[in-house]
Amino acid sequence: MIVASGLKYQARELKIVGTRPLRPDGVDKVTGRARYGADISLPGQLIGKVLRSPHAHARIKSIDTSAAAALPGVKAVISRDDFADMAEEYAAAGELTINFRDVTRNMMAREKVLYDGHPVAAVAATSEAIARAALKLIKVDYEILPHVIDVIAALRPDAPLLHEEQYTEGVNPRPARPSNLAKRLEFARGNVEAGFAAADTIVEREFTTKPVHQGYIEPQACLASYSEDGQAELWTSTQGHFVFRAQCAKLLQMEISKIRVTPTEIGGGFGGKNNIYNEPLAIALSRKSHRPVKMVMTREEVFRATGPTSGGHVKVRLGATRDGRITAATAELSFQAGAFPGSSVAPASMCAFTRYDLENVRVIGNDVTVNRPKVAAYRAPGAPIAAFAVESAIDEMAKKLGIAPIEFRLINAAREGTQTYYGPKLGKIGYIETLEAARAHPHYRAPLGPGHGRGIATGFWFNIGNETTAALNINEDGTATLIMGTIDVAGGSRAAMAMMVAEELGIPFDRVRPHIGDTSSLGFNFITAGSRGTFAGGMACVVAARDAIEKLRDRVARIREVPLEAVLWKDGHAVPAEGSARQFAPMSLAEIAGQAGKTGGPIAGHAELNVQGAGPGFGAHIVDVEVDRQTGSIKILRYTAVQDVGRAIHPAYVEGQLQGGVVQGIGWALNEEYVYDADGILANPGFLDYRIPVASDLPFIDTVIVEVANPNHPYGVRGCGEVPIIAPLAAIANAVENALGIRFYDLPMAPPKVLQAIDEAAAAASKA
Amino acid sequence: MAKHHVSATVNGDGVEFLCATDQTLLEVLRDELHLNGTKEGCGTGDCGACSVMLDGRLVCSCLVLGVEAEGRRIETIEGMAVGQELHVLQRKFLEHAALQCGICTPGILIAARALLARNPDPTEAEVRYWLAGNLCRCTGYHKIVEAVQDAAREMRGA
Repeated sequence: MIVASGLKYQARELKIVGTRPLRPDGVDKVTGRARYGADISLPGQLIGKVLRSPHAHARIKSIDTSAAAALPGVKAVISRDDFADMAEEYAAAGELTINFRDVTRNMMAREKVLYDGHPVAAVAATSEAIARAALKLIKVDYEILPHVIDVIAALRPDAPLLHEEQYTEGVNPRPARPSNLAKRLEFARGNVEAGFAAADTIVEREFTTKPVHQGYIEPQACLASYSEDGQAELWTSTQGHFVFRAQCAKLLQMEISKIRVTPTEIGGGFGGKNNIYNEPLAIALSRKSHRPVKMVMTREEVFRATGPTSGGHVKVRLGATRDGRITAATAELSFQAGAFPGSSVAPASMCAFTRYDLENVRVIGNDVTVNRPKVAAYRAPGAPIAAFAVESAIDEMAKKLGIAPIEFRLINAAREGTQTYYGPKLGKIGYIETLEAARAHPHYRAPLGPGHGRGIATGFWFNIGNETTAALNINEDGTATLIMGTIDVAGGSRAAMAMMVAEELGIPFDRVRPHIGDTSSLGFNFITAGSRGTFAGGMACVVAARDAIEKLRDRVARIREVPLEAVLWKDGHAVPAEGSARQFAPMSLAEIAGQAGKTGGPIAGHAELNVQGAGPGFGAHIVDVEVDRQTGSIKILRYTAVQDVGRAIHPAYVEGQLQGGVVQGIGWALNEEYVYDADGILANPGFLDYRIPVASDLPFIDTVIVEVANPNHPYGVRGCGEVPIIAPLAAIANAVENALGIRFYDLPMAPPKVLQAIDEAAAAASKA
Repeated sequence: MAKHHVSATVNGDGVEFLCATDQTLLEVLRDELHLNGTKEGCGTGDCGACSVMLDGRLVCSCLVLGVEAEGRRIETIEGMAVGQELHVLQRKFLEHAALQCGICTPGILIAARALLARNPDPTEAEVRYWLAGNLCRCTGYHKIVEAVQDAAREMRGA
């Protein structure tokens, strides 16, 4: 049983929430003072480097580290033998689930290497040059095995098998033979056969997407120091320092209290910093060398061994009546999990059709292991892949029916009370309000230039809550220091939290100073994922502030010798309750804080919660494109993102989330992809050949913030970071179809592919 | 092999350092001079996070060797604010919410200052093309472009 805790939404007049103060972390970031993962150092530190597999799939026959260990300056060498094997045991990590048996094998290969870049050994040396030289001295004897990269190829019966003991979960009876299909999920509601029989029109299509990387600009970096009494300190760039602590403890067979993790400033995450990579290796190297060990990944290592999201294959079938009512919808999603099971196919399956109120739905999700790095969450994990397929099919259906795409969505829109096919009924949501705001936007009606195309698509994401803590210390001078347990994953949640606390306390924003606590300063916090930072983190901060206010009132009740009920909190002061017989001179926060020592000791508020009641978010995007028929290049001319965020605590930072998410979606749609050669080696592990959007690729991204308050948050917050990446893929594909009359079913819509399609269409037209 | 002794000027101060032949200027700035404000995003000149000025020219410090700095003038993010006074660009980046994680921010500020030194009134397209060598994964560049144009306006006194 999960015991929910939290506060309900109250509409009221606000002074700080909804304004745009400067972020508390801003000055450090514009002056170069902010300390990221690679900026932390300790005296006497060694540099750790990882030896990685040069093969896509191979059995490790032997590892000889003796020559490396003998190199002067090398202080420790580790490989599989330095870590205990782990039994199957599952744990939550962001939106995805991990299995410790796999985590230990991904961190350091045991029986086999399963992808190009898979760690095989690591060294710590007195300099990076010596560490690199030592890696070259490690002899690994491999038996090279056939590999499989593509998700559909991996499902063939004769496909090379990654895991000899992997029998598909979720299939009854259990398959007789192992396969690369790790898990099969099914979500169903109603009777899809009857639904399709009732349809006037059917659209059935297949779509594919390539893996894309989160592309944070800061490579993973950490520093570990293990002391002789078995205590470890770890500084790392992470979205979840408490979860990293728990995982390191498990993998290194340490007690949790003996590891202290301090999260550094994080140079981008987007889900890619939910998972441990070098952290347990750094601790193990420090344990072995008795010196602090720093490990910073190169960009090439980031591409080869961390991140990406799944490549996906999605079959969609939609049936609708002539008047635009969807009668049935099915989808089968097959996602690359990478080397170990656990892709985002489950949330993707749940998101696929959850913008629509559908009677008859069936969604099958296949989680497929392939010889690629184990996928990580990427901003609304999996949802963009599903939405690319479904929203493209919706567009095609609307066109077939002759109904405008927004109208078609409005006819079928999910609303409060809609029964989802994966479980709950939707609570108060703002999908219809979002669609209506998009329809009312001038962009929707603006005339298109010759050869230009316009596309519309929408997105849904659950948003999540989970374990969250905060502490608010009222300082002697009446300022407040907020210790939060969620990470400010760049979006400005420190500002948002301080704003909510200042609103509660009734003091100016700059009198609340927020900090991210290390793992020794607060109770457990789940990873900052699922757009939970400002929702769940905000809940904890507000609960902590109200806890502090109750204590402040209590002090005043004692000082003024009145009952607690006679003391109210208003505008930063304890004031007598209106109409109370016990009137007294109001006391300011500073006055109360100044006397705290004499009235019972320091004053602080705390929150230790499992936050429930996350409010789903919906977005509707409008995009105009121009396709260069000579080069096949697609230019984004205009982009408008409309989204229900519940409540924008700091509107500029919400706009920033929408703009950033949209542009990541543009990169996914147009440019980004992992390219493997015939040997299964990643061919583009750098920003030159893995091209993320640059400033000159883009127009301004217009944003419209819709605010349908989440009833389960004191300020109505839903969370906003993930929804904006969901719709762009389909919106752009729909716009390209509108411009060219050619629909793309395969991402990215890179110039060579587009040009080929244009040429083929021209050739077909000339024949006809 | 023995290290090289190099003398240079960093943010107006004379500095001396020893560096290996293959050590980059970025590594020297960060590891030898402990100026961590200049960031490494790729090490291959593709992301611009390590942008600094070398004798008044915008460069990726990961593509310059430490020994090449001999007798030259280097400007990094640490020298951008004067005392307590932030540079107009730094202030505008804060006011326009033009940064999120901030890892690309030092490089973008250095690059933007170099742009405004050459072109005090850049168009949106000129800002976008000038900054095309500086990757930002958080912002979608929208607020960065706005901040640079607003800073240009203020610096022109317009």
